[in-house]
Amino acid sequence: MSAILPPSERLWWKHPLDRVEGTWIVISLIWCLIMFAMMVGWHIWGKQNLSTETYKTTPELFTRKTQAMVDKYTVRTETEEKIPVVAPPAGSDVYLIARLWSFWPILELEKGKTYRLHLTSMDYNHGFSLQPANINIQIVPGYEHVVKVTPNQAGTFSIVCNEFCGINHHTMVSRLYVK
Amino acid sequence: MTPTTYRTCPRSGLQFESQAEKLMIVNAVTAVVALLVGGILAIGVVLTRWPTIHWLAADTFYMVLTAHGIDMLIFWIIFFEIAVLYFCASTLLRCRIATPKLAWVAYALMLIGAVMNNVAVFQGNSSVMMTSYVPMMAEPAFYLGLILFAVGALIACFIFFGTLVIAKRDKTYQGSVPLVTFGAVVAAIIAVFTITSGAIILIPTFLMSLGVIQSVDPLIYRTIWWAFGHSSQQINVAAHISIWYAVAAIAFGAKPMSERVSRSAFLLYILFLQLASAHHLLADPGVSTAWKVVNTSYFMYFAVLASMIHGLTIPGAIEVAQRAKGFNNGLFEWLRKAPWGNPVFSGMFISLIGFGFLGGISGVMMGTEQLNMIIHNTIYVPGHFHATVVVGTTLSFMALTYFLIPVLFRREMINPGLAKLQPYLFGLSMYFFCLVMMGAGTLGVSRRHWDMAFNGSAMAYEWPGAAYLLMGLVGVAGIAAIVGGALYIYITVGSILWGRKLDTGAVSAKFTPIPPTAPTLVAQSYGSAGFAAPGTFVLAMVFLVSFVLYYFINWKYLSQVWGLS
Repeated sequence: MSAILPPSERLWWKHPLDRVEGTWIVISLIWCLIMFAMMVGWHIWGKQNLSTETYKTTPELFTRKTQAMVDKYTVRTETEEKIPVVAPPAGSDVYLIARLWSFWPILELEKGKTYRLHLTSMDYNHGFSLQPANINIQIVPGYEHVVKVTPNQAGTFSIVCNEFCGINHHTMVSRLYVK
Repeated sequence: MTPTTYRTCPRSGLQFESQAEKLMIVNAVTAVVALLVGGILAIGVVLTRWPTIHWLAADTFYMVLTAHGIDMLIFWIIFFEIAVLYFCASTLLRCRIATPKLAWVAYALMLIGAVMNNVAVFQGNSSVMMTSYVPMMAEPAFYLGLILFAVGALIACFIFFGTLVIAKRDKTYQGSVPLVTFGAVVAAIIAVFTITSGAIILIPTFLMSLGVIQSVDPLIYRTIWWAFGHSSQQINVAAHISIWYAVAAIAFGAKPMSERVSRSAFLLYILFLQLASAHHLLADPGVSTAWKVVNTSYFMYFAVLASMIHGLTIPGAIEVAQRAKGFNNGLFEWLRKAPWGNPVFSGMFISLIGFGFLGGISGVMMGTEQLNMIIHNTIYVPGHFHATVVVGTTLSFMALTYFLIPVLFRREMINPGLAKLQPYLFGLSMYFFCLVMMGAGTLGVSRRHWDMAFNGSAMAYEWPGAAYLLMGLVGVAGIAAIVGGALYIYITVGSILWGRKLDTGAVSAKFTPIPPTAPTLVAQSYGSAGFAAPGTFVLAMVFLVSFVLYYFINWKYLSQVWGLS
């Protein structure tokens, strides 16, 4: 019963290692270093790295910028609430507001083009969960997160809020078109 | 100093000081009550997320989910851990507990805090989830309850440290503390860090709920809250791994393969395990890439290394002990002939395998900075942490309880047949529960979400049929696991209430110090020349292969999503 008793040898730290343990430690360490290298290496060679470009913002400031984009690039409106569908030019800054319990506006992007997508929340934490592509980003109020996105598929995508934001959380879902 | 007595348990040889014994019993029983409440709430969670049943209304669901998270992750686990800390100090070192009166104060604070928090949640205006991200606000009592609980737990940690000092001063043992106590020290050190982080962020949030301060920055809240929220799960890791070592010692008389390796692995936990709170901020704005990479990897995965070491040395120690008893045929006779009918062992072993294969591998995958984007806030996350906290921690605590019923509670277990079955029912249904949840998460299904059909939304997203199927299976497996949990509560509470009373053992007014043991022959003979646990090594390689495959499959999956930079 020795794990629950003091070690029988006073100088337990001088006790030699068993080869099973030694080998496993070396293998594990190598694997740990491979995983670490993989994460760092993906920043150099990989194509999916979340940008960390962030600014402090306020609901007023962000709404103004979003409204300017909507005024300029709206192509049509959708649903009974007449949510504008916005098709900004490739390479431009696009804005998406998350608030209780909707996203605004609806974006229409082009496949293979890169956009600077600005995300913020007007109130609580929200989630940007792009389906079925399955890209998930946290949206934090007060912070404007600029993510460079390059859609690689055309189609209709959905943006699901996947951070709990109150009683109507389950109705907070929007669309995103890629042409 | 209050006069006290020491009882030597005739069944285990362990010595219980009467004050410490009462405190352990009360903390453990309170923990089981919290588990009962959390378990009842689990029925509501599971039956609502089962799409065809979709039982509770949205507001009730979010309230129930908030309470389930807090009662299970905080109250059940920490009350039990306090009992474990007292056990690892006072019982294993055979000394009196430091400041028993203060320990009762600590208990009272924890109890008041737990009740206050639960009342606040059930009043309905504090459905903010366990994470309570600002600026979404709960009632002041919600935060105050958590703060009182945390203060109580912090006092208990210091009583544990004080007890170690008493043991040293009274010379109740010679040399170093036992490995299990060492693990408990690690858990307690992590707990001090954790609880302090919780206080740093919950006190301003409490003041904000009272209107004393205007706002708490949402991003700073997330950063510091997770130093509490994630680290509290690291207390569990250190605690349940200590329990695995204890069970290996109790059920097999197993000796750690090497004290040096096991203790160094625990030391890595103190140094690096805390960094993992970064796992929760990988999809956040405002945190730099270097910060994410260094922290999320526990500084080059040194804490993962530690867990992989424990994952080998615990079954390895069992294998060495079993081989010494003559179970020497082939690679796995030692494992085949293990006492699978003893719930103390089966619970611990199911916990160890599940924690490693399901919880460990998925945890490293989700903690990888880029891979996190394909699972962040999906139901994959609860799939992962049910594998760590339920299969890992809760099942280990259950296994330890089966040992403690005759030893600490002095009762014969009622219905041993049912107890034999319980770890299998609970553990294996939990395995399945975690797997199907992770499957649904891989398809993108959100966590903390009342209705995957998005009822009432003009732009509802239709999840693939497989996601509905998997969420249905989550329901089935969840109910099976709840039945397993109910059996545990029935057996435990039933034994304490109606079990045949067992003999107390010799009581004395003075402690009997732990006699020094002579260095065993085994300890001296296996060394760097041996290969003492080949079966365990094969199992470890199976684990490694699964780990590597699963890890790279997810990179492949990530490489197909949209470009992000």
